[in-house]
Amino acid sequence: MRTFWRWLAEKWVLLLGFVLLGYLFVPIAVVMLLSFNQPASRNTTYVLDFETFSFTWHNWTDICGAAGICESLTRSIYVGLSATLIATILGTLISFALVRYRFFGRGSTNTLIFLPMATPEIVMGTSLLTLFLGLQIPMGFLTILIAHVMFCISFVVVTVKARLAGLDPRLQEAAMDLYATPWQAFCLVILPLVLPGIVAAALLAFSLSFDDFIITNFVTGTSDYTTFPMFIWGSNLRGIPPQVNAIATAMFLISFAFVIAGQLRTRRRSARRAATS
Amino acid sequence: MTDQDLCIENVTKTFGGFAAVDDLTLTIPDGSFFALLGASGCGKTTTLRMVAGLEEPTAGRIMLGGLDITRMRPYKRPVNTVFQSYALFPHMNVADNVAFGLRRKGENRADTRRKVAEMLDLVQLGQYGTRRPAQLSGGQQQRVALARALVNQPEVLLLDEPLGALDLKLRRQMQIELKRIQTEVGITFVHVTHDQEEAMTMADTVAVMQAGRIEQLGAPAEMYEFPASAFVANFLGQSNLIKAEVTGQADGHVTVDAHGNRLAVPSARCRVTSGAALLGVRPEKLHLADDLDAVPSGHAAVRGVITDASFTGVSTQYLVRAPWGSELTVFVPNSGIANPALPGAEVAVHWSPAHSFLVGS
Repeated sequence: MRTFWRWLAEKWVLLLGFVLLGYLFVPIAVVMLLSFNQPASRNTTYVLDFETFSFTWHNWTDICGAAGICESLTRSIYVGLSATLIATILGTLISFALVRYRFFGRGSTNTLIFLPMATPEIVMGTSLLTLFLGLQIPMGFLTILIAHVMFCISFVVVTVKARLAGLDPRLQEAAMDLYATPWQAFCLVILPLVLPGIVAAALLAFSLSFDDFIITNFVTGTSDYTTFPMFIWGSNLRGIPPQVNAIATAMFLISFAFVIAGQLRTRRRSARRAATS
Repeated sequence: MTDQDLCIENVTKTFGGFAAVDDLTLTIPDGSFFALLGASGCGKTTTLRMVAGLEEPTAGRIMLGGLDITRMRPYKRPVNTVFQSYALFPHMNVADNVAFGLRRKGENRADTRRKVAEMLDLVQLGQYGTRRPAQLSGGQQQRVALARALVNQPEVLLLDEPLGALDLKLRRQMQIELKRIQTEVGITFVHVTHDQEEAMTMADTVAVMQAGRIEQLGAPAEMYEFPASAFVANFLGQSNLIKAEVTGQADGHVTVDAHGNRLAVPSARCRVTSGAALLGVRPEKLHLADDLDAVPSGHAAVRGVITDASFTGVSTQYLVRAPWGSELTVFVPNSGIANPALPGAEVAVHWSPAHSFLVGS
């Protein structure tokens, strides 16, 4: 018994760590498990009962089986990619302006750029809706895109700015001193060094856009431009098709693969560095 | 004036209302090792950045040989810079860093590779071409920065406090190294520093700057022996400056009254010949004697009391309180003769008038 207490005294941090990991991953594990379940009816999609669990590949082989599910997924990816592209370009340019130049209104821009992050989504959703109604812009892809670009920009600016601020401004001068035109200095020196920040910002923007429900719900209006989160919300009323679990699992696995690839890359690079030094 | 002299003509640079560089005129001869020396904020770095093209002068012009480069873009100037922070490109290896300038100029691959290899050998980094800057020590990074600038064979190489980030021992080593490289390549070096010893060790010509202007310009020894002003006397090494009033001139000497002592300074060593002045003598040119009788004839002398003695190895540094209250610093070389002078002892401080100088107060 004494040895048990001693063991516990030594390992309690580790144990606590495992408990916390479990807390984070159990919901995901449940979704994964349910993606292989054939529910008796749509109302029992989220019932995890080992008595009635019936294993099937059907949700995966017929992933587009439920009406409208893949259309909404395609829309979400399309909106996500478009919003990411626009927000990343604009946000990167804003970051450069804020870090590299001194101009009238720089201070207030620096503060205001945080505003969309701090505003509750419900407030932003209603105000955007009011705006679009007032301007008589027809609801649909365009309004969703405008809204998504808007809230993604702040996150892009914050991410890229952090990377830029850590960059020695002499690097640009050194490049120009070594016969690089401003454009060459940007492409050969500044961009490669800021790129990790820009990529991180783009990934963040995509997941924010892909995932957004509240604002999207407002600015979709009465159009039938249903994004994936909206589709799930809508089908919740009638019962969620089990394919949703398969898609959720697939999305999780894809992002997980990205993380692993990133980790491997860093590890390989530091190994190479250790080998040469 | 040879072809490639760098001429700074009446250049002024203001930031807001503040003149960082104030009507500066300077000629830096082709092939010389020139040091711009001054405390931080004296305008030396601004001057350098204007030559590099990273700042534009508010007024005046900069000529390189016959070419007006005042408004030329930095990437078009035959001038390269070694930055204080080195500013090596962290995502490129050493060889790519050094090759950067040659590639921008469109040199062919074979020539680029050969020149980069030669230059890395010159700075003794031949084996380090494939390393990243982050994998090098401070001294090695400094040499990469030097190689990256020199490989382009600029007309003028600008060095902005290049040794500032290195420790003392490495700095000494790099001073000699830089001097060797400059002699080898024969390019004009303009070296900005706040370290007077560094400037004197390395440069043929030193310009002491203060408040955007040149205070004095000349060979290090010349300036050290006969400074133009109290500022230079104190900035370039240490000086004892004694308040004095000029009383007259006779036989090629200027006579002064310093706190009741009648002292003479050779006229050729006087920057002022009337009114209030400062009589200066370097600490190593002061000698100690037991009393006024022991002072060699022809030497000027004042009495004092030793207040502090510190042994530094090569010499002993004494502080001697003069009757008028201020302290004189005296360096007595440790040449093996016993120096029994102790704090509290009454002594006579004496010097050869030829070693003193007179500057405006």
